[in-house]
Amino acid sequence: MNERKPAKTGSKMQFSDASPRQAALGRQIQDRIGQQLRAMYNDVMAQGIPDRFTDLLKKLDHRDDEEKS
Amino acid sequence: MSSNRTGKGSDRSVRDGILATLPSLRAFAISLSGNVDRADDLVQETLLRALANIDSFEPGTNLPAWLFTILRNLFRSEYRKRRREVEDSDGRFAETLKTHPEQNSHIEFQEFQQALAKLPPDQREALILIGASGFSYEETAEICGCAVGTVKSRVNRARVKLAELLSIEGVDDFGPDQASRAVVAGGGGR
Repeated sequence: MNERKPAKTGSKMQFSDASPRQAALGRQIQDRIGQQLRAMYNDVMAQGIPDRFTDLLKKLDHRDDEEKS
Repeated sequence: MSSNRTGKGSDRSVRDGILATLPSLRAFAISLSGNVDRADDLVQETLLRALANIDSFEPGTNLPAWLFTILRNLFRSEYRKRRREVEDSDGRFAETLKTHPEQNSHIEFQEFQQALAKLPPDQREALILIGASGFSYEETAEICGCAVGTVKSRVNRARVKLAELLSIEGVDDFGPDQASRAVVAGGGGR
């Protein structure tokens, strides 16, 4: 095992300060984290909008129509 | 709150813009709070505030950033109020999501969700806005009310902390090897 782990938590170590091998590992880890984050986010987006929100917007649209007429 | 909502603010195009932003806004709320019910309450409150103050929105400016700012501020003020409570993110919402090949497994996904919830909120929000919502560093700085340099250091710290929390010791544990193994397993390979 290489010694990538910072000596203590909260270390300000940046991946760019690391050796090339460590930097490459850091990049892979960061790619992985980015993938996970986007997968989670996109899944929620794909669920669509709950009716309560579209209903809310519709209701306010109708109220505006009534005010205008 | 007031009912005279006539004028430029009631433009259908603004409403359409809000509607178009909703899926991402909700994904932000869920990622931020880790709790679907709480997130939907945040979105609802954001919508009500946005519609009540719609005349203060200048058409042509960044509508998504405006909405995200409202939601972010609501979350932060609520977070301050309930700071003593245990974070109620339990990864439960992960159960409602599909498992992707790139997620390897449901468990890994839950671990990710729980690690995300352990980040300080300023780091979490910056990471999500930059890494998933697709905002620029400048927009994120505007949403979070801080300097661009602050956003960059928060995102960096969030990434380092996440890697630590996920106990990533090497590529064997958390890298292409495992990903390809999952693909092979999923494809009924050897």
